[in-house]
Amino acid sequence: MFVAKVLKTVVADEKHPILKGEKLLLVRRVKESGTFYGKTTIAIDRAQAGVGDKVLVLQEGSSSRLIFGVESEPVHCIIVGIVDHVDMEGR
Amino acid sequence: MYLAKVIGTVVASQKSAALTGIKLLVVQPLDEEKRDMGEPLVAVDTAQAGPMDTVFYVTGREASMALEDAKKLSPVDAAIIGIVDQIGD
Repeated sequence: MFVAKVLKTVVADEKHPILKGEKLLLVRRVKESGTFYGKTTIAIDRAQAGVGDKVLVLQEGSSSRLIFGVESEPVHCIIVGIVDHVDMEGR
Repeated sequence: MYLAKVIGTVVASQKSAALTGIKLLVVQPLDEEKRDMGEPLVAVDTAQAGPMDTVFYVTGREASMALEDAKKLSPVDAAIIGIVDQIGD
């Protein structure tokens, strides 16, 4: 899982049936310093996140299918929580 | 899932039997500002996408699951599963 910022919303009418009714958001990994890194990804929102929110993102197929309660659907990347804060005392 | 734009089509008459009848498109991944992000790749089309369309695709095992007979697990590693109407406001 990783911490990311929600950048934009994605509207797509024509899409795979499993995504019907799901909110799709563009997210990108962000460091505590605020610096972005990695690729911009589209995640399925399951945490009522909004643009600008700092979120916890799961990027794994089997786990995503567990959340959806399905076996062989193409879901892989899901926003599973809103991050209040991250403490990095170990650094 | 990643955002991308369709930039081409691949025609391959001679190929693995498991890939017959599927449409192969060249897609260029994009970031949130629609700038190019990484290198283009070839993806199976399951959304009737065409050149210049902005789409999103999945990779890995999920690509195989996106095809109609998901249990069959076809040998693909990227599949377009939607056409984007709008990004942001």
